[in-house]
Amino acid sequence: MLELKNITFNVKSDDTDKEIIRGISLTIPDEKLVVVTGPNGGGKSTLARLIAGIEKPTDGRIILYGEDITDMSITDRARKGIGFAFQQPVKFKGIQVFDLIKLAKGTNISISDACQYLSAVGLCARDYINREVNSSLSGGELKRIEIATVLAKASRLSVFDEPEAGIDLWSFQNLIEVFEGMRKNIAGSSILIISHQERILNIADEIIVIKDGEVAAQGKRDEILPTLTGTPSATKECSRLTASVGGAAL
Amino acid sequence: MMQIDEIQRRLLREVADLHKVPEGAYNIRANGAAVGRVSTANIEITPKENASGIDIRIKPGTKNESVHIPVVMTQSGLKELVYNDFYIGEDCDVVIVAGCGIDNCGPHDSEHDGIHRFFVGKGAKVKYVEKHYGSGSGSGKRILNPGTEVYMEEDSSMEMEMVQIKGVDDTNRTTTAELKKGAKLIVKERLMTHGDQRAISTYLVDLNGDGASADVVSRSVARDNSYQKFDAKLVGNEACSGHTECDSIIMDKGRILAVPGLEANSVDAALVHEAAIGKIAGDQIIKLMTLGLTEAEAEEQIINGFLRN
Repeated sequence: MLELKNITFNVKSDDTDKEIIRGISLTIPDEKLVVVTGPNGGGKSTLARLIAGIEKPTDGRIILYGEDITDMSITDRARKGIGFAFQQPVKFKGIQVFDLIKLAKGTNISISDACQYLSAVGLCARDYINREVNSSLSGGELKRIEIATVLAKASRLSVFDEPEAGIDLWSFQNLIEVFEGMRKNIAGSSILIISHQERILNIADEIIVIKDGEVAAQGKRDEILPTLTGTPSATKECSRLTASVGGAAL
Repeated sequence: MMQIDEIQRRLLREVADLHKVPEGAYNIRANGAAVGRVSTANIEITPKENASGIDIRIKPGTKNESVHIPVVMTQSGLKELVYNDFYIGEDCDVVIVAGCGIDNCGPHDSEHDGIHRFFVGKGAKVKYVEKHYGSGSGSGKRILNPGTEVYMEEDSSMEMEMVQIKGVDDTNRTTTAELKKGAKLIVKERLMTHGDQRAISTYLVDLNGDGASADVVSRSVARDNSYQKFDAKLVGNEACSGHTECDSIIMDKGRILAVPGLEANSVDAALVHEAAIGKIAGDQIIKLMTLGLTEAEAEEQIINGFLRN
């Protein structure tokens, strides 16, 4: 269980403090899949980065399973059980897919063990295990490898920042299946996904809407989703993908 | 095995992956003298008469054979200049493993200057691996100045892998190559310097025939107060193609100077250079930290990957 208590986050802009997150308090319960949604620029990704420790809150506390992790480093939080999938997967030079999965798992696993995680995200493991995690991979491939590293890490709380961003329609279909699979095997863990996608919202236990750095709505899926349908917080994948192909901003 | 001590044995493992007497032809030089030499039916190794060094003659058509010629030095203050010439016959397909390991526990500088000349016959294919390694706690420096000259006949190909990761205080490497029609040269250099080390690497590649191609790629890491200079020049004299790349990470107070040079003397010469120097990307470190690595562990993984062959 993760609790955010009155989290604020300010950034300096032209010598004035700009509030990105304004006093957010919320709980990610055990064995629940929670989707955070809301308009672009509302602070969703910042919230995810605050949980992973990539950003530090200006004020407020972050509690993981009863332990205050607010002042902990990214490393310590990872070791305490937080997994984080980047919106823009990081590229390396020379580091191979197998290396990354092995590091995520934290033990010296065999290639066939590592392949299981690639298969789980719909990649033909044999074709990818020795590939370098660099620009030779497509956006969709990088995204799935990113998700495979979070699967391999098997965290108590896995956070996914817009997993659908930058991937094609075919990959998106596969992605939904990956999350459906994770939802089934959630025992002993929790999942937090930042997303606009109606199909991802559809598999949520709870939905939190973040707008202008504050919680605008929060509750069970059946209560929240009907109020979002047709708004930018819950778009169908086709319209958004068509828009992105056409060059319009997501 | 031959008369060598434990330290020399360790150096041989580092520079030539040798755990026992190598298969095929070899010449092992320790502290300025040959301690083991074996020729085979197709590969003849003979000492030079007028200078220090050896001639390696590989018969035309020799396939899937290898030559190991590692050098180890454990005597502080030893300085040597060695000439090794390789005559690789037409249509050969061979692997040549060189390399030098210096262990200096004394107060005097130890220096090995090896001049290697390769005469690569028509249609021959060569893979050349050269590793440099230094160890020892003495105040004397470990110095390696390799000079390599490559003369490539028509349609020959050569892949050179040159690695210097640890312990060499001062290196001035010069590599020149002349390529005839259809010849292909690939160079992969991996270099890491630390402490107050200094490494200079200079390439001059002349592409003298139609269809000749060269790809010279250096990946390097400069840590602490070390300094590196990478100076690669390609000269395109015919319808040829060439590419040089210097991709470097700097850490601490490391410094790197990259001097890519291209000279096209034919309108059909296609030459490209790329050079990038910078610190480790912050998002790479953050990604690995989210997997549970410390910042130092993340840096180590990133550098290991970067310098991997």
